[in-house]
Amino acid sequence: MTTSAEPRVERRRSVRRSGAAVARPGFAWAAPATLFFLLFAVVPLILVAVLSFTNWDGLSSPQYAGLDNWKALIHDHVMIQSLWLSVLITVLGVVVQTPLSILLGVWAAGKQRNRAILSAIYFIPLLLSATAISILWRALLDPNFGVPSQAKWLFGDGNLFGHQTSAIGVLVFVGAWQYTPFHTLIYQGATRAIPPVLYQAAEIDGAGTIRQFFSITLPQLRTTMITSMILMVVGGLTTFDTVLILTQGGPGTDTTISAYYMYEQAFKSFDFGGGSAIALVLVIIATIISLIVVKVSGYDKMRSSTEGL
Amino acid sequence: MKRRPNYLAGLGSLVWLFLIGLPLYVMLAATLQDRSDYSSNGPLAFPKHLTLHNYTQDFSNGFGHFFLNTLVVTLAVVAIVLLVVPPLAYAIVRSQGRITTGIFRLFLLGLAIPAQAVIVPMFYVISKAGLYDNLIGVILPTAAFSLPVCALILTGVMREISPELYEAMAMDGATPWRVFFQLVVPLSKSGLSTIVVFSALQAWNGFLFPLVLTQSDSSKVITLGLFNFQTEHGIDIPGLLAAVVLSMLPIFIVYLFARRALVQGLMGVGGK
Repeated sequence: MTTSAEPRVERRRSVRRSGAAVARPGFAWAAPATLFFLLFAVVPLILVAVLSFTNWDGLSSPQYAGLDNWKALIHDHVMIQSLWLSVLITVLGVVVQTPLSILLGVWAAGKQRNRAILSAIYFIPLLLSATAISILWRALLDPNFGVPSQAKWLFGDGNLFGHQTSAIGVLVFVGAWQYTPFHTLIYQGATRAIPPVLYQAAEIDGAGTIRQFFSITLPQLRTTMITSMILMVVGGLTTFDTVLILTQGGPGTDTTISAYYMYEQAFKSFDFGGGSAIALVLVIIATIISLIVVKVSGYDKMRSSTEGL
Repeated sequence: MKRRPNYLAGLGSLVWLFLIGLPLYVMLAATLQDRSDYSSNGPLAFPKHLTLHNYTQDFSNGFGHFFLNTLVVTLAVVAIVLLVVPPLAYAIVRSQGRITTGIFRLFLLGLAIPAQAVIVPMFYVISKAGLYDNLIGVILPTAAFSLPVCALILTGVMREISPELYEAMAMDGATPWRVFFQLVVPLSKSGLSTIVVFSALQAWNGFLFPLVLTQSDSSKVITLGLFNFQTEHGIDIPGLLAAVVLSMLPIFIVYLFARRALVQGLMGVGGK
């Protein structure tokens, strides 16, 4: 993926240091991007911590409120429930998407012509925004005009958004519809990078397709699996658009996951301090997970495992 | 290499084809018929009387204007990214100072910041700056949040440029400026096209920042237009789905003509 522009990548980078005469750019070259990023990403991140200790209605100035928001948050059963729901939806997402995308990715890594055409269709969900996908499914599953109203034998009363179990099912399903193509692409690239020699050796030893899949393909995809699952976890924990458009956290608060609860507290109930406290909880969780990412896989390795996509 | 076909995956792929194809068919079919036809025939029927009325109606409901706003946001975000990321990546790859190492770490950690987590303070910052309900207020955070991934992609590409080429240019006494424009930029073209596609997609599909940072129709982008359409006229499914089709049309056209670049840009989405 990164090497095509240059003819001489064959040669590995030499260990020897280049001569002192080479003019190197100063850090001033990095300054515009860094300042910009500090101002619009890092400063807000610090502000979210500050705002979580204030009362703010969005119009007047924030008032210092000590630990009030945090105390309220600990005793807020909707918040506790929202964390469980976030975890549940994330875990279900990983469980559904991982086997699907591995199978599809390994299958799509083959070279047959029909696979290329089918893959092109598979990747269409990638082209749609999360908003468009959620709206499409909301319309398709509409209790009155959608598919469930046509197939009552399958969908019961047809109101999938009216019960907690089916509403969570819809969220997990739409999440899988939206993200599986992306993970399929990752696995496809990783599968193509597996050295063919391994399969040739296995064939000589008389290993069948299924044996090859479990003994060669899966172990070789290990790093990719870690990468892909971590992306699923981070994406799952911050699911927002899907909930806002499909269920609005309902019925009741049955699908109110943390990211959506934060939005509701801040922009619907105008409790921006309380919303900030929830946001900070999300940041802490996301940071812990990404630290695990860096520890477990390392970004440099991540690049090389997906090369050739 | 000869391998026997993988029947299990083959079967799964057919089921998946159905799951992907059916919604897309229902979507297109719905947009080509009148509302009354859609509700009486059901979502699965093939449209009897084809009409483009849903599309024209969307345009008269202001979607043309939302389209234009999205285009402005997208172009501005891409311009900012192209302006600041190449020098940043060049400095990270070539400068040997501690500061640039620290800066690279900062952007790596930046990958972990979910946009959802900063919408409250972003609302505060943008309001204080007097940019609430202004496209500039959407452009700035959107661009800032595409920087980490773009920086990572481009540093990866620039690391592949061999040191011998830099040395050859140093023999000629080239300044960092000349090295940048005559060596680094031309050899990073694939990376540059990837970050253009990635940031353009981020901006075109962006929903969260416009949702909390804009309000009026005059600064509405297309994703927000879709959302409002759904909450206000959710019952007009053909009209709504026609708007969905319109919103994805430009990306689809790019997909047809520059599939490779688009897929590479998409792969940046996951934060690699």
